[in-house]
Amino acid sequence: MLRDITLGQYYQTDSVIHRLDPRVKLGGTILYIISLFFFENIFGYLVAAAFLAVVIALSRIPFKYIVKGMKAILFLLLITVIFNLFLTPGTPLVEFFGGRIRITYEGLKYAVFMAIRLSFLIVGSSIMTLTTTPNNLTDGMERMMRPLKLIRVPVHEITMMMSIALRFIPILLEETDKIMKAQMARGADFENGNLIRRAKAMVPLLVPLFISAIRRANDLAMAMEARCYRGGEGRTKMKPLIYQSRDRIAYLSLAIYLVCGIVVGRL
Amino acid sequence: MPILLDHVNYIYEADTPLAQKALNDICLEIPDGQFIGVIGHTGSGKSTLMQHLNGLVKATSGHIYFDGEDIDGAGFDKRALRSKVGLVFQYPEHQLFEIDVFSDVCFGPKNLGLSQEDAEARAREALESVGIPEELYHMSPFEISGGQKRRVAIAGVLAMKPRVLILDEPTAGLDPRGRDEILHQIKSLQEQTGMTILLVSHSMEDVAEYVDRIIVMNQGSVMLDGGPREIFRHYRELEEIGLAAPQVTYIMHMLSEKGLNVDVDVTTIHEATREIVEALKHP
Repeated sequence: MLRDITLGQYYQTDSVIHRLDPRVKLGGTILYIISLFFFENIFGYLVAAAFLAVVIALSRIPFKYIVKGMKAILFLLLITVIFNLFLTPGTPLVEFFGGRIRITYEGLKYAVFMAIRLSFLIVGSSIMTLTTTPNNLTDGMERMMRPLKLIRVPVHEITMMMSIALRFIPILLEETDKIMKAQMARGADFENGNLIRRAKAMVPLLVPLFISAIRRANDLAMAMEARCYRGGEGRTKMKPLIYQSRDRIAYLSLAIYLVCGIVVGRL
Repeated sequence: MPILLDHVNYIYEADTPLAQKALNDICLEIPDGQFIGVIGHTGSGKSTLMQHLNGLVKATSGHIYFDGEDIDGAGFDKRALRSKVGLVFQYPEHQLFEIDVFSDVCFGPKNLGLSQEDAEARAREALESVGIPEELYHMSPFEISGGQKRRVAIAGVLAMKPRVLILDEPTAGLDPRGRDEILHQIKSLQEQTGMTILLVSHSMEDVAEYVDRIIVMNQGSVMLDGGPREIFRHYRELEEIGLAAPQVTYIMHMLSEKGLNVDVDVTTIHEATREIVEALKHP
């Protein structure tokens, strides 16, 4: 049941995208997301779509699997579209209830662009998490944020917290699933009833879940201390990140995409 | 026939590249009042199979009938089924959540729509049957010992008065004494109430002494199904799939090979002792 959430989970396979340096993927994703908000016409989005399609094809992740993850944000997408559609002022296209609710030309345009932007944003960033293990991802982040150490930002600690959090997502999902089933076996009902009843029905799920999360955190802290973990000071990496030629090619492709996109998208 | 499984298949994460066949064409009959041991290695599909029996997991194909009714049929009340087929999960103490032991045990019966009084009466009965003394009733479920927690959690399911009780590795993580206590209590419960019991375990040693029938699962299929004596005769096949017969079986086979006239089919230490003494008296 909860396993259906594929958004952001690592997908095990071997592809060029999987082997890329996490810094390339992180930087690429950020640039890609920014680029999405720069385009002013549909052609820019066509370039973005083509780029995304190539990356998905290279990553060898089934398209169906990516779409499944989109289901989780369908609701958010819908709200954004509806708000944009009805609340943007401009030239009216259709009017309801004597002009009190109207769809404008600008509204339609923003709604469509927003829908495209959001879905590309989600797909683009999920490609990153689908092809990068949490450990790799945080390694990349730590390396990229290293300059921030100069202004006393605890970079190592932040990324360590992040990698632990990411690592625990599937574990906690599994745990939730298990506790849910156990309570359902005791007659608990998570699906029916009004809002208040449903909120109350969460107690038998949340209490055990928090307890288990705290227990796990405690165990992990002990295990880390037992192995003499004491923060990032003087810590070396077993597999330091080094750029390969494929990473340079990836940076180059990214640059080409950006140039093409901006030229076409802002004509 | 209370529970009937007809060609049940289950594919884990179907339609994803991670798809894995978890159950493979399972056909079983589970009559009333039997004490059944379900044995299999980790990942053999035994827990998944058990979750099918009370409708928590839906079979990918095949049918499961409870009292002749298809549990996936339209209009079948799955919540009612769950009160008839009680399932105690692995490490059931992880599901405790109430402020005290007593109200936690009341959770199940209250979900059945019983009045506060009836629910309390059932909770009391269930806690007594697993041997939890009254002074613990109003303690937090997080203050009591591990073995006690486990028994409280089992009581939480018993309080729903199921006709069929499934216990998924009820002895995992307990010391030998806690293990024996729980297994004895389950056995006496079954003798008193005539409840059908399915005990899931990976240890033959655990179940040999108590059960009437053993179902051996391997890689999603039922490999062997029969009485303990019959099953342990296949001890070499069991070894091949990483399971073992109880130590008694090995000792009896060795003694028999050395020329001692003993019955190699005994399943408990008690029987074995008697058998060896007899054989030594009348060589």
